[in-house]
Amino acid sequence: MDSKQFLSELYRQLYTIRVFETRCIKLYRQGLIRGYFHPYLGEEAIAVGVCAALEKRDYIISTHRGHGHCIAWGAELKRMVAELLGKETGYCGGRGGSMHIAQIDSGNLGANGIVGAGIPIGVGAALGSSIRGDDQVTAVFFSDGAANNGVFPEAMNLAAIWDLPVILVLENNHYAVTTPIEQVCRTRDLCERSKGYGVESFTLDGNDVLEVYERTKAAAEQCRQGKGPVLMECKTYRQMGHHVNDPGTYMPKDRLEYYLAKDPVKIGRKYLAEKGDATEEEIARVESDVETLLEEAVQFAKDSNEPDLQKFLEEVGSCQ
Amino acid sequence: MPVNDTSTATVATNGREIMYREALNEALREEMSRDPAVFCIGVGIGDRGGSYRVTVGLLEQFGRKRVIDTPISEASFTGVGVGAAITGMRPVVEILFIDFSMLALDQIINQAAKYRFMTAGEGRVPMVLRTQGGAGGALAAQHSQSLEAIYYHIPGLKVVMPSTPYDAKGLLKAAIRDDGPVIFLEHKLLYMTKGPVPQQEYLVELGEAEVKRSGNDVTLIAWSNMVLRSLSAAEKLAEEGIDVEVIDLRTLVPLDANTVLESVRKTEHVVIVQEAVRRGGVASDIASMIQQEAFDYLDAPIKICAGKNTPIPFNLRLEAACVPQEQDIIQAVKNALRHQQRRVPPP
Ligand SMILES: Cc1ncc(C[n+]2csc(CCOP(=O)(O)OP(=O)(O)O)c2C)c(N)n1
Ligand SMILES: [Mg+2]
Repeated sequence: MDSKQFLSELYRQLYTIRVFETRCIKLYRQGLIRGYFHPYLGEEAIAVGVCAALEKRDYIISTHRGHGHCIAWGAELKRMVAELLGKETGYCGGRGGSMHIAQIDSGNLGANGIVGAGIPIGVGAALGSSIRGDDQVTAVFFSDGAANNGVFPEAMNLAAIWDLPVILVLENNHYAVTTPIEQVCRTRDLCERSKGYGVESFTLDGNDVLEVYERTKAAAEQCRQGKGPVLMECKTYRQMGHHVNDPGTYMPKDRLEYYLAKDPVKIGRKYLAEKGDATEEEIARVESDVETLLEEAVQFAKDSNEPDLQKFLEEVGSCQ
Repeated sequence: MPVNDTSTATVATNGREIMYREALNEALREEMSRDPAVFCIGVGIGDRGGSYRVTVGLLEQFGRKRVIDTPISEASFTGVGVGAAITGMRPVVEILFIDFSMLALDQIINQAAKYRFMTAGEGRVPMVLRTQGGAGGALAAQHSQSLEAIYYHIPGLKVVMPSTPYDAKGLLKAAIRDDGPVIFLEHKLLYMTKGPVPQQEYLVELGEAEVKRSGNDVTLIAWSNMVLRSLSAAEKLAEEGIDVEVIDLRTLVPLDANTVLESVRKTEHVVIVQEAVRRGGVASDIASMIQQEAFDYLDAPIKICAGKNTPIPFNLRLEAACVPQEQDIIQAVKNALRHQQRRVPPP
């Protein structure tokens, strides 16, 4: 597991999400991307660690902050960028945008514009697996804000009473927009809530890709043995405001700096160098390969056509 | 004393112009100052001042007990509003997008809307639910809907949809004083629009439409952002010699049928403009009311210019194709008038 190849793959994913978000924020500022854009900067290790621990046949379901989950699950960068630009070649043909990217045939059930909505849907995917007897696990990504919506306890209870193979991945980035979690929760660890539902849970360092990977691997194993669900609370922090246009001035400097020092991408790089014995040149090559791929993706998206209006209107039909 | 006013003309504005969102802010401040039972509750309304800045400064002025930031628990904080309302408070519940109000439908439709009826008129739910809808700015399928028809359909709810800063302020004040429940629907494209608002206090009564432009050839009926679009379409049509009367319904429930019918009897032509999808919309219901009440006056079938029957797409060009644009309104008016010329004369 500490093999160079594996660590290199993890780092490639971490770095891809990092530069994808950074590059697309630039495109946003240039006016090429419109609408909402919630960057995953600072939380990369969760998506990468979780997805690396799952099998191809498994499912994930994502949130409004979903680019990282899509990429870690193996989405093509060019179709990702194209969707953000609203182009015909994007994952949703320009109809969905950032908050609705899905890749259903690969098991990514999609991002969501409604906070918390993915939780029961993910539990439903696991219910299907359980009825069919398929050996599949579903990872449900959601954050602290969603944990305060009624769907969370309800869906967790359903998963519990039916022993469903669900990993509830709580990405506790300590904020729901500008609301600090302390303001809307009496306890320090949200995962404590699972106790009353008889669901196993634990906290972990969401910025440490190997820790996320290992804990997910064990949780998935447990789920496959019919001992699910599991709630994993991954402690993390956003590296900027809620969305691209939010400067995040309300985030205390010392806390932000603490988490910036624990940067998940840097930690992944360190693992590759130290545990993987990779040289600086080897790491630089991983990075430049990612950058090249991303530039190609941006070019592809820019060159792609807008969705065909006539075709769209035909799909919609008319009733005037 | 507040002036019970229904037309912009009666209260002098002395040239003061403010934004729609500022007008709403003033309404909240005035009502909270006047009545200690009024309080605001919702996601991000206090410290943040609201996503669209409507509640800016309220926390500083009224404190945390009356400007309450909530977790993302729409169903429950709406229910909390209902409970506070039936026991003597006057909550203004904010749900950031009308799309998210779907999470609170039980509390709105099964609880708030029915309480007065089920208690044989004794119970009251003086609650205002403020939220906003509409397409604009590539916010895609779950942040762009126009869902007023859902609330319009439910007996027991009042539905308010102001188009100007003046109306927004006067109607919100009236809604807060109403025994409710009132669904108060703003439009995301209107928050930054400016208009005259007097310094002096005034109310705009619920259930009174306003003729925003008078004309003789055709009656254009609209609400919310479509009023602005209809008015600019009317200006273009005037250049071609077509004299359009634009009626802003302002409140859908109660509906001011008299103002509508009076205009229809004068112009004998009707176009109803609705941003929401065509199917099952408010426009169809108004059309049916008009044909029932004023059939003999109509010179042409009533035209409905409405949104396409589709979720709103992300891509801006597609988005624009889904909701009526100025050009669509102009075309609908021309079609309504042209019908007459095409008609086969009776034998
Ligand atoms: C039901 C619902 N309520 C409110 C919103 C508006 N909203 C979008 S993101 C967000 C914050 C979500 O916080 P959290 O779940 O912690 O996710 P994070 O942004 O931290 O990833 C809010 C309130 C929404 N999209 N859906
Ligand atoms: Mg959060």
